[in-house]
Amino acid sequence: MGKIKSLEDLKKRKQDLQKKVDLRERADHPEAYVQIKVGMATSGIASGAKEIYDFLVEALEKRNVEAVVTQAGDMGYSYAEPTIEVTKPGEEPVVFGYVTRERADEVIEKYIKRGELVDGILPQNYRTIDDE
Amino acid sequence: MTKYKMHLLVCGGTGCRASASDSIAESLKEQLHHHNMDHEVQVILTGCFGFCEKGPIVKVLPDNTFYTEVKPEDASDIVAEHLVKGRQVERLLYKAPSGEQVTDSRHMDFYKKQIRIALRNCGFIDPENIDEYIARDGYLALGTVLNEMTPQQVIDQVKESGLRGRGGGGFPAGKKWEFAYKNESDQKYVVCNADEGDPGAFMDRSILEGDPHAVLEAMAICGYATGADQGLIYIRAEYPLAIKRLKIAIEQAREYGLLGQQIFDSHFNFDIQLRYGAGAFVCGEETALIHSMEGERGEPTFKPPYPAQSGYLEKPTNVNNVETYANVPVIINKGPGWFSKIGTQKATGTKVFALAGKVNNVGLIEVPMGTTLREVIFEIGGGIKGGKKFKAVQTGGPSGGCLTEEHLDTPIDFDNLLAVGSMMGSGGMIVMDEDDCMVSVAKFFLEFTVEESCGKCAPCRVGNKRMHELLERITQGKAEKKDLQRLKNMCHVIADTSLCGLGQTAPSPVLSTMENFWDEYVAHVEDQRCPAGSCKELMRYEIIPENCVGCTACARKCPVGAITGERKQVHEIDQDKCIKCGACLDACKFDAVTIK
Repeated sequence: MGKIKSLEDLKKRKQDLQKKVDLRERADHPEAYVQIKVGMATSGIASGAKEIYDFLVEALEKRNVEAVVTQAGDMGYSYAEPTIEVTKPGEEPVVFGYVTRERADEVIEKYIKRGELVDGILPQNYRTIDDE
Repeated sequence: MTKYKMHLLVCGGTGCRASASDSIAESLKEQLHHHNMDHEVQVILTGCFGFCEKGPIVKVLPDNTFYTEVKPEDASDIVAEHLVKGRQVERLLYKAPSGEQVTDSRHMDFYKKQIRIALRNCGFIDPENIDEYIARDGYLALGTVLNEMTPQQVIDQVKESGLRGRGGGGFPAGKKWEFAYKNESDQKYVVCNADEGDPGAFMDRSILEGDPHAVLEAMAICGYATGADQGLIYIRAEYPLAIKRLKIAIEQAREYGLLGQQIFDSHFNFDIQLRYGAGAFVCGEETALIHSMEGERGEPTFKPPYPAQSGYLEKPTNVNNVETYANVPVIINKGPGWFSKIGTQKATGTKVFALAGKVNNVGLIEVPMGTTLREVIFEIGGGIKGGKKFKAVQTGGPSGGCLTEEHLDTPIDFDNLLAVGSMMGSGGMIVMDEDDCMVSVAKFFLEFTVEESCGKCAPCRVGNKRMHELLERITQGKAEKKDLQRLKNMCHVIADTSLCGLGQTAPSPVLSTMENFWDEYVAHVEDQRCPAGSCKELMRYEIIPENCVGCTACARKCPVGAITGERKQVHEIDQDKCIKCGACLDACKFDAVTIK
């Protein structure tokens, strides 16, 4: 994308980018565009987040699950690294901690494919600036 | 395919697990099976809800009912009443301090304990993709400022918000900006202090790794407000991932024209460069930081002149820390009034803490100023590991002090922590339990300052070294009573006569532990005893004659041959030879070895 020339330009671009996100959420195919964020700050990587990231990308492709895996910063749960956040279309995000290859596999097979929760969920215990 | 209609989330955090949440989950499963509902309702163990005080917790989805202090025998009621008949089990509902029953967890005060402002995008956006930052209102504040506000208006907003420096000192950020703005010059600079040095603190690194654009945007805003067109980030080379992401972010911002010439079609130009530090603690002090950036030795100089008068290359320079900058775009977007309502009157907004040590939920947390230490340690932090007793919490890193049980209800802010002999610092918080020796803790922090002292002034260079030697002697049981007085005197002299903050605050860990744990110091000196049982030199392994059967297991294991005794006779440990390795303790099957 080119340069942002004015404040209006920025606001328009913001709206377009948000629409893209909304589109993902409104997709009617239940498995379409699941979003997975892997906490990949130094502490996450040190606990093996990179390996989980690679595993997820590979496994999701092999199993034909349409998902977007991205890296994100520190979610704050150092005691439960590596952590991943999974957002299914139209649903609230769920954070899973202590993610090993086995648990990542479980998340794909049980949570993403069948909607079952799996052990190791980290309940959200903070507010965001949008809540205020 | 089974499709679950409801979920029961059982807290599997360490605290709740200690009060039998495992068997609660089991009982729930049994009850579900009994009612033939195990195909409709799924039981899940989760991580800590952070409400350990009222644990164990069971939460029902999708209706968000929140049950507290649940026992395994309550499982039958939860299933028979709530799941079968659809009636909430009232006696298990959380009662707010007002006496009101809260059914929906989203209305609980507890969820207001943390609010993420500086960490708003950490863990939510891809830090290497500027589009994700823009989708979350990124660069909107910069655009607004350049299009609609004068520099003075920006400064007024920051002043009005009450934002104070998050790097340790707590100096009002708006005032700092105003000084730099009022000092006229052909060239000014904006500097971001990313030289995070406190042992255990990693919030600045996390912000740079998780949301680098927030800092770039804030620096540009500060550049506009103070009249600078050049930004510099001083970051330690030992943060390679943060450096990598900053570089990517700067590149992307330039590509989008958000850094560079005529940003947002205005006359404002701004660009940012990185400067690497070698990781010296003293370079977190702003004058030392500036000298290091200039290629000089990283040594502090006397203030005034302040950097706002004569800083980088002797030009007016504004220095703020990473977390301080990260708050700025939100203040502009949401308004200073929104920001100043959070926290206390004298300290607005939030503070990020790196919670570490003997606490269950080690992690990065962000709480409004004025939150108490008790809330942080026992609720968000989930209490002490292994159910042990809380002893102290160290805040402020090597410049701070140790606080005890009696300070737990102190609301955390800059002034309150200073008043009880510690400080905010950059936000490290290390929790200690009954097994930690406070003299050793003081020694640990002093060791750090001795190593990190730049050596420019004598009180810090020589004095801290001598203090460290005294502490060493105390932990070895070789000190005399008058050494304690000597130690105290040195603390005051060093604090009064050192040149910069490093030396002035170096004695704080010693002073605060002496203040709060005087008996422990005395026990080391008078009885040659370490009450926490952690000072090796003061430990004694002994054999209890009544329990010893003379099996020779310990004698065979001892690596230095300190244990003697005939077969089937009571053994003995030669204290002069013993190296306190503990091998005998592990080897003995008859509980005949003890530590004194």
